[in-house]
Amino acid sequence: MKNKLKQIFKGGLGQLTIPLIAIALLVIFNLIRDPSFFSIELMHNNDGNIVLAGNLISIINGASELAVLAMGMTLVTAACGGQDISVGAMAAIAGSTFVKVLKASPSITGITVVIAFFAACVVAMLFASFNGVLVAIFKIQPMIATLILFTCGRSIAYWINGGATPTVESPIINAIGGFIPGIPVPTPVLIVIAVAIIFALAFRFTSIELFTQSVGINGSAARLNGINSTFIKLLSFIILGACVAVAGSIAVGRLGLINHETILLDIEMDAILAVAIGGNSLGGGKFKISGSIIGAYVIQMLTITLYAMKVSSTDVKAYKAIVIIILVVIGSPVIKAKFQKLMNRIKDNKRKVSVKGAE
Amino acid sequence: MENTKKFRREPLTDTQLLMTITIGIFFAMYLIAMAVLKGGFLRPQQIFDMLNDNAPLIITSCGLTIVMIAGGIDISVGAVTSLVVMSCVLYLNRGGNIFVSVLLALGIGLAFGLVQGYLISYLEIQPFIVTLAGMFFARGLTTILSVNPQKAEHEGFAKLRDVKIEISWLGYVAKNGNRIPARIELGVVIALACVLIIFLLLKFHKLGRGFYAIGGNQQSALMLGINVKRTRFITYIISGLLSGIAGYVFMMHTGAGNATNAAGMEMNAIASSIIGGTLLTGGVGNVVGTLFGTLTLTTINKIVVSSGLKDPWWQKITTGGMLCFFILLQSIVLSRRSKKKQS
Amino acid sequence: MEHELLEMRNISKIFPGVKALSNVDFTLRKGEIHALMGENGAGKSTLIKVLTGVYQMDGGEISVDGDKISIRSPQDAQNNGISTVYQEITLCPNLTVAENMYIGRENGVLVNHKSREKSADKILQELGIPARSTQQLGSCSLAVQQMVAIARAVDMKCKVLILDEPTSSLDDKEVNMLFKLMRDLKAQGVGIIFVTHFLEQVYEVCDRITVLRNGELVGEYLIEDLPQVELVAKMIGKDLDELSSLSEGEEKNYDNAEVFYEATNLSSSDALSFDFKIHKGEVNGFTGLLGSGRSESVRAIFGADKVTGGTVKIKGEDVKVTKPLDAMKHGIGYLAEDRKRDGIIADLSVRENIILALQVMKGFFKPISRSEAEAFADEYIKVLNIKTASRETPIGSLSGGNQQKVILARWLLTHPDYLILDEPTRGIDVGTKLEIQKLVLKLAEEGVSVTFISSEVEEMLRTCSRLIVMRDRHIVGELKGKDLNQAQVMKTIAGGES
Repeated sequence: MKNKLKQIFKGGLGQLTIPLIAIALLVIFNLIRDPSFFSIELMHNNDGNIVLAGNLISIINGASELAVLAMGMTLVTAACGGQDISVGAMAAIAGSTFVKVLKASPSITGITVVIAFFAACVVAMLFASFNGVLVAIFKIQPMIATLILFTCGRSIAYWINGGATPTVESPIINAIGGFIPGIPVPTPVLIVIAVAIIFALAFRFTSIELFTQSVGINGSAARLNGINSTFIKLLSFIILGACVAVAGSIAVGRLGLINHETILLDIEMDAILAVAIGGNSLGGGKFKISGSIIGAYVIQMLTITLYAMKVSSTDVKAYKAIVIIILVVIGSPVIKAKFQKLMNRIKDNKRKVSVKGAE
Repeated sequence: MENTKKFRREPLTDTQLLMTITIGIFFAMYLIAMAVLKGGFLRPQQIFDMLNDNAPLIITSCGLTIVMIAGGIDISVGAVTSLVVMSCVLYLNRGGNIFVSVLLALGIGLAFGLVQGYLISYLEIQPFIVTLAGMFFARGLTTILSVNPQKAEHEGFAKLRDVKIEISWLGYVAKNGNRIPARIELGVVIALACVLIIFLLLKFHKLGRGFYAIGGNQQSALMLGINVKRTRFITYIISGLLSGIAGYVFMMHTGAGNATNAAGMEMNAIASSIIGGTLLTGGVGNVVGTLFGTLTLTTINKIVVSSGLKDPWWQKITTGGMLCFFILLQSIVLSRRSKKKQS
Repeated sequence: MEHELLEMRNISKIFPGVKALSNVDFTLRKGEIHALMGENGAGKSTLIKVLTGVYQMDGGEISVDGDKISIRSPQDAQNNGISTVYQEITLCPNLTVAENMYIGRENGVLVNHKSREKSADKILQELGIPARSTQQLGSCSLAVQQMVAIARAVDMKCKVLILDEPTSSLDDKEVNMLFKLMRDLKAQGVGIIFVTHFLEQVYEVCDRITVLRNGELVGEYLIEDLPQVELVAKMIGKDLDELSSLSEGEEKNYDNAEVFYEATNLSSSDALSFDFKIHKGEVNGFTGLLGSGRSESVRAIFGADKVTGGTVKIKGEDVKVTKPLDAMKHGIGYLAEDRKRDGIIADLSVRENIILALQVMKGFFKPISRSEAEAFADEYIKVLNIKTASRETPIGSLSGGNQQKVILARWLLTHPDYLILDEPTRGIDVGTKLEIQKLVLKLAEEGVSVTFISSEVEEMLRTCSRLIVMRDRHIVGELKGKDLNQAQVMKTIAGGES
């Protein structure tokens, strides 16, 4: 039993240890602070639907865009050893395309929404491919390559929008960002689950996981084993593009409008953070998508906890920073090694004591 | 043998090559602007304005260049600058002392440098994450100090702020016949001094060479007997200190603290460094290049505005295009080089 | 001569799960060249790394000139007069040659580039190294970079000089230059620790040999007291009968056998145009000095470098092989020369490393199931006797020889018709070398064509029935039958014929 626990501690959880501990600590902290923090209730919303409500729901709901982006970011990180910092700007572009197409049709029906989403997907994937080409073919570091779109992406969105912040009013759009009548779970949460399932299926039915890790760890060896690393890197960016389109569409759905300046502002930082908190190396290589998803929820839970403690939204960043630092310090290899040494010494001492006892 | 030695020129190192390209492009661009757009570009004041407006950016870019040469990244510089401005303005408005306010600025910068540097070098945490947290922390603290803009109303400071170096022969004659001398702010002098000091540090100090070594190959640097951890630690301290100085210069330029001050400065500083020929992979770069990188970025924006495209989004798009151009250029130049070496 | 310069007593080093060194003693005297020998995993590199401050020892003591010292970092080692030149170049490619020689050991805080370059040029000239002090190191060839590293150590007036596999990227002329340098230094009273896999080189320059095995000291011997055969026996710790049982292959003639692969005027970005063919079940070899084009040629066959011309026939049919995947689909496997750089995926498990090539061949959309992969991994771990804690252990934590076996397993799993092995035995222990040679012969018996490249000609003579000799990137001879002997090979390589 003890051995098994040890094994789980050592291998089974592995990189997920830190994010799970973080969640556990946040839960315990909130329960002590306010036992009713996690209560969930059914209530009627403005549209008269019966929906779930409560802090827990708003955490899970609010982290949706972040979770989707973190999944894509994990792949890019693993394959290219760097991060895409233009996801926020690309989401603005995708959102603008989404709205533009919706506005172009006389009436918004289910089909137009699907078409608009696909248009947003295509556009986002194109921009992501631009990043991907710079990284995969021109061998430019991801952060530098994506700095270009980070700088001018929102201006491109502004151009698509024609310099305005167009609004779309439609029950279908509201449903994307809110609730589908009859289903009490927020739609964004359902979308995250769907995306996660798609990722799981992709991992099950393709070799993307093995190939991406091989390319990320040793590109030269991967090439000599017949892996097309350019394709794998490009693919990771294109997948991220699709994730960006999903996140952008959710964000548009929430507000019913697109504001190129503020939509998903600074989310690239949170997405990278989610990947790191999930125990993935930002240097690429081995990865666990589940870690990044948990990381996204850790960030959101932290934010909501701070809001619940009446910290103003602009000040939240300072507290968030402290928690992030604590988390990464605990997870740092140096601290881990020191901890290991300490444990060994304690064990040694125990052994010595028991040996002495035996004598 | 002796004779040939004297005249033989080494091929440019990577650093020199990239820097030369940038400087060349800057002058070409500026000359074309002078010829085509005329107007302000013909006045020396145009350059001084560019320097006046961008002194803080030049200073933070220098810090970033050092960090990047050593193979790291620091995205907290803009936020720290903003925090310094806000703290100093608030302190001065409570009747503080100018000298102490300078110490405060340096102290805040140093504190960020120390903590971030320690976490990155000694605890081996990824620099992006640490400085991202540093950025969040500094921005958060700034808004905690004050959400509303604060104007500095300190008499002594107002005097300091208005110190300007005037050079009349570089000035121009205005429409009403008055001769307006060229004006250079104190901040520019500080910025250029920073560039010079760091240039000398990088070139002639053993620490500076150490930055290049650990950026070139960290493992090798360790084997060559360089204290890699301490050297990396120092890069972040310098970057922090420079952010502190940049904050003070920023305050001298604007005279007010605002939570959105220096927003996005970190990315502009990274862009300046890259255009100036610094590689994010480390080991290659130079602050003189960075200075010209900043000027190139500013010039292109001025050109866009002078061409009648006043909408700010045009500037961003041209900046993006500019970055794209330089990044591709560097990638192509360096890859051709390494190919040539192989054959 | 008998003055004890360096004494290491009872050195122990423990890694998680492994005792890499247990109570090892090592003594180096003034003015001697001392070979440190052992199989891979014997603890040589660990001992060196303890001495140079890369690792901290868990027990024992080190003294230099009779004074006890503690070495906590490479700087400490340097300060105590211990310098190291590693197999991998440990210099900074972005700095100049002069800077690489002086950085990290300056006295003042300011750097005087001019005087540095002057003194660097002087040393380079003295040692006959073809480099200029102002050159960017990255623009020098690897061999020159290695010599710059030695120049640096020499200039440091070190008492103890450690040369860790310094000759593996040098050609004969350069090796001789290095040996001359070593003897000069020895005459000046420097103690040199020489780590190498080339036994002949040990007997050429060394005075004493210390042998390690499994992290333990086997013994210290004067060179005269330990013939080569006994040295090998001490290193692998078993009888040598086995070695000799692999007699030089009996003459085999494949001229009538089916030709599996045939290339005409094949050329790549790195290889000049050449003709080549191999028969079914044949083992051939490419030999020649480093840089002669032997590796470049096989890389062209596999499509590892950009193929620029020529025609290829496999089983008599015209095919196009322009990238590795093409070659793999036609049943060719390629074990690359540089295991670390081109072979292993260090962080991935043994299992994942084994199935990689097969997975690539099956395609992106047909992943091998977990249970299947585990079965494959278990099978090959058993067949090739791979020493690993489990199939889920990251391959990076295995010893060199076992890593090589995993890569071999990876290619065997694809059931290739033609296997190219470029230096499969480099840097691995004698025991594993033997196993690999046996495996090659067994594969050939089963009808697999094999191209076997090794820098040890003896190994090739034992396994190959035909040797292609290269010089200056051209094929200069093809030896088989009677001509297949050491003398003839050496003569052809050196260009005695023609």
